[in-house]
Amino acid sequence: MDETVAEYIRRTVLKIPKDEIKMMLQKWGFLSEAQLQTLNFHQIKDNISQEVVQLCEENSADIKQAALLDIIYNHIYQDKRVWTVYQMKKSGDELEYFDITDFKKKFKRKIRSALKNVTITFKEYEDNAIWIRVAWGTPYKKPNQYKPSYVVYHSQTPYVFIAASVIRSNMPLLCQALIVASNYHDIREMELRSHSLNSLKDIVFKRYSQNFPTNTTKPLQREIVEPENADIRIVQENRSEKERIYRLNQEIFGSGPQPKLEFAQYRLETMFKSDPKLDVLDKKEPFRCLVKFSSPHLLESLKSLAPAGMADAPLSPLLTCIPHKARNYFKIREKKSFESFVSP
Amino acid sequence: HLATSLPLPSERDHLRPRIDLIVFMIDIKSKYSLKNVERSLAYVDASFFLGKVCFLVTGVGRVNACSIETNAIHKLGKTYCSPVLFCELELEGIRVATAQRLLRILQICAGHVPGVSALSFVSLMRSSDDD
Repeated sequence: MDETVAEYIRRTVLKIPKDEIKMMLQKWGFLSEAQLQTLNFHQIKDNISQEVVQLCEENSADIKQAALLDIIYNHIYQDKRVWTVYQMKKSGDELEYFDITDFKKKFKRKIRSALKNVTITFKEYEDNAIWIRVAWGTPYKKPNQYKPSYVVYHSQTPYVFIAASVIRSNMPLLCQALIVASNYHDIREMELRSHSLNSLKDIVFKRYSQNFPTNTTKPLQREIVEPENADIRIVQENRSEKERIYRLNQEIFGSGPQPKLEFAQYRLETMFKSDPKLDVLDKKEPFRCLVKFSSPHLLESLKSLAPAGMADAPLSPLLTCIPHKARNYFKIREKKSFESFVSP
Repeated sequence: HLATSLPLPSERDHLRPRIDLIVFMIDIKSKYSLKNVERSLAYVDASFFLGKVCFLVTGVGRVNACSIETNAIHKLGKTYCSPVLFCELELEGIRVATAQRLLRILQICAGHVPGVSALSFVSLMRSSDDD
């Protein structure tokens, strides 16, 4: 077995938390159940990984198997990476039957036609997701297995989720290969990024609870707004205001859990508006400014701002439009007499 | 009675008993809360500022999250001749002690303590700087 493959497998196993190693090796399926029985999972990880490498040696593992283990690890720990969403466009409306073998063949051929030193691995999952791992080399160097790109493609949709490697120069080739393989004619990067792959899918597949304005006034809402208010001596003076805020929030955010995003970024290219007497800027050029919101769970925290009394309801549409505009990176420019979004 | 801001909704006027004490709660982590209190103060009748108003600043335990300067708060207390209490609601001991202090203030404002009235607070507010 190649030394580099052995080292790569050793390092991949070391990444896995100790109590998950057995499960992941089973998922991998490269080592037999009998071989797994011989492993002592109670020793330190260093030793476990050495033993795994030895077993892989017995089975003559090559880079393809090692790459598969890496995909399995990254599928389970997908939230460790930042995923960007890309949208593909078809030229016509033809409904083409998707053939997975054809897809893989075309993808590999396109990439290899430009770059011979690559490792390409596919794995299909039950939710129709095709995971692709690409390790990139150069015409003179073997692929760097430690900085691969990961692509998740749902064949029934025009969306691709990419966790790019640090080597950005390979992106155009990757995009080209995707559209050729999937029979689309164009691909564009959406301004939507997050660690949570599932939340990105929720947003573009519209799987989150959306706001449907309702006309019913539910008396039940009273219970929901003040569940802790068991003490009847406490009187809420602004109960109707609280209910209005709650209702507005439900309308804007829906009643289900929000997709998980960590950032919202607004690049302002607007004019600086100040008291003319202050004469801050004599040049009439845009005041460039970047506003970034960050949170472990941005949308949920936005949703709780008004009920917590920390902001007026309704919130600015710049914040609430994030899920249905499917973007969290914005450019705001001056447009005539008012500001507006500009989609790039 | 809890309210998020003043003025109080007029539709509940008939249900409200006499108001003996107004406690304005300011979350030191939220500039918005200070602005809200400043806006609401405009709706308070001048007679309340004779000892029946008090400012309660919460969240002081989280020093790194302070958004409001204590200078601004002291200035507020001075402008409105009202005491300012600081507390941290997340600590039960302080929560209980603060509640007991507020209760004592309320008892005085409601006239339940013979010989002491709300006006006493005003005279206690005068510091040596004023002379």
